[in-house]
Amino acid sequence: MQSTEHIASLVQEARVHRRLYTDPTIFELELERIFDAAWIYVGHESQVKNPGDYFCTFIGRKPVVLVRDAAGNVRVIHNQCAHRGSLVVANDKGNAQEFMCCYHGWTYHLDGQLKAVPLQHGYPPDFDPSSPKTAMVQVARVRSYRGFVFASEASDGPSLEDFLGYMTTSFDDMIDRAPDGEIAVAGGIFKHAYNGNWKLYLENLCDAAHPLFTHRSSIDAAQQQSDQVYSDGSGEIAIRQMRQNGAPYSFWEAQVGIWTYPNGHSYLGDYHDDSKLVAALKDPVFRDYVTALEKKKGGDEAQRILEVRRWNTNIYPNLSFMSQFQQLRVVHPIAVNRTVVHTYNFRLKGAPEQMFRNTISFANTVNGTGSLVLTDDLEIYNRIGMGLSSEGAEWIEIGRGLRSDLPESHGGRRGQNSTSEIYIRNMLQAWLTYMTRYRADMRAAS
Amino acid sequence: MAKKSKKRNRPSSVPRLQPERPVKAAGPAPAPRLDQHRCEQFLQHEAHLLDEGKFDEWLALFTPEAWYWVPSEPDQRDPFETVSLIYDDRRLLETRVRRLASPRMYSQEPRSRTSRIVSNVTVEGTLSLPTFLREQVADGKDCVVRSKFMMIEYRRGQQRLFGGTMVHGLVHNSGRIFINWKRVYLVNCDAPLDGITVPF
Repeated sequence: MQSTEHIASLVQEARVHRRLYTDPTIFELELERIFDAAWIYVGHESQVKNPGDYFCTFIGRKPVVLVRDAAGNVRVIHNQCAHRGSLVVANDKGNAQEFMCCYHGWTYHLDGQLKAVPLQHGYPPDFDPSSPKTAMVQVARVRSYRGFVFASEASDGPSLEDFLGYMTTSFDDMIDRAPDGEIAVAGGIFKHAYNGNWKLYLENLCDAAHPLFTHRSSIDAAQQQSDQVYSDGSGEIAIRQMRQNGAPYSFWEAQVGIWTYPNGHSYLGDYHDDSKLVAALKDPVFRDYVTALEKKKGGDEAQRILEVRRWNTNIYPNLSFMSQFQQLRVVHPIAVNRTVVHTYNFRLKGAPEQMFRNTISFANTVNGTGSLVLTDDLEIYNRIGMGLSSEGAEWIEIGRGLRSDLPESHGGRRGQNSTSEIYIRNMLQAWLTYMTRYRADMRAAS
Repeated sequence: MAKKSKKRNRPSSVPRLQPERPVKAAGPAPAPRLDQHRCEQFLQHEAHLLDEGKFDEWLALFTPEAWYWVPSEPDQRDPFETVSLIYDDRRLLETRVRRLASPRMYSQEPRSRTSRIVSNVTVEGTLSLPTFLREQVADGKDCVVRSKFMMIEYRRGQQRLFGGTMVHGLVHNSGRIFINWKRVYLVNCDAPLDGITVPF
């Protein structure tokens, strides 16, 4: 067991101990103290639109089911039979009237309550099918912020709104961009994996200093690509994004910013304004989109929405999303040196059909398992995993920008420019808080 | 502007979500039909180029408007409404191949070694294809060839095994065979996968 003092000594102002990324006992503690305590993103309400719709995911490593019950309420229940412990729901998603365990036929209502048990007469006299002990256990707290469903295994603690704080405005940005004010998950899921620690993923998503090096091969290949060669539109979007990654340091240091907020959250901003977006302002599809937005929201509001310029928003510990291309990534810790990331796309209701096709092309480029960009990020996570195993330097440096970071409203701090590692320091401060202020009684009795 | 709309013509003209059903290829019959033996030889030549890392020569097998597609779902209908492990139009395929030659492609440092087996080659007389593909091959110019493949990839201490079904749309021009489109169904396309850098 790690003492609180020992854990506290592993994160310093400008450096972090390598054990945070390599020690299996720390990983197990993280599952308990972070993933069982914080608000964990589990899914979007559009994935369980109708009663009986369900979607299987994980809280940390625990399989859970996001389901809309018969009364229309969104529930998150542990995917475990109350009898002998078998996984009850085996498909990734679907629609069901009830959940039945295939071992002895215990059958549950959609809210996890026991519905029927074969051979019930054989159980002890105190067997009570209405007791929570015979139900699939509900996760202690489930809340939705405008359709984004979070669950917490902790029965008390900050509300979801307090946990998200100012970052609710990033969710608002995502939703506001839909002319009809509604978004829905669509277009399939990417599932990519790497041999490295889960924390490395969010630590890279707001890293403005790496593209020029890490993505050099795709930048060069895209810059040398002739635009005369046939494209159906997909390659055009991909190549534009790859070229953009090759922007010089002066761009990252002058036109891009990084903002951080309490609980480890952050966003990279002022990056792509819409003039640099795929479709770009002069594109007929984007013009149609702006027209649709103006029609539904009015000119002033449409302009306000389009001027919100956020790139990746990270919600610590397991979520990152990006409103301009409607991408969302969920980090699943598997082992101290193994991580799986699921990425999703959203359709903007009321936007031209071609907008969603651009979303798909963009997703293939930045999140695709065979992407020309992401594969080099995955290589970095693998190399960090391997490099740290050499046990050379004991500490990892995260001090870039430390002396020039600035206070920001809403309790935030920002880097002087986007290459500050402030967002990593901010996540590790949240890590420290979760890991050292943990109390066993914070967890729901189960 | 006209140029741009033309470029986007194909994806936006795709009829959406119609059920798949077998249809006979309509229109004029292709001149000399490619027989199974020639198709087999061609696919083995392609596999050889890929295993040897001769990606420029591989690219030269494709037509100027070709595309290359590895779906992310077993029954994926098209590459426009759902994400794909790889979906490259000709322009992006060129960029992919150029990157494969880069010494700074770190996900290929060190390089992968691959070994493929291509088998069960059939020339499809009746087409059971997604709607947007049926449109493309309806003029009878494409010869649709189905095959099974297995590919072992070794890189930096790890060996991976991929397998699945390939469908090639081949065209015959001046005595040479070209790939007009290629679709690769991996049996584990929806599994969590480590990065894919070498084309199938």
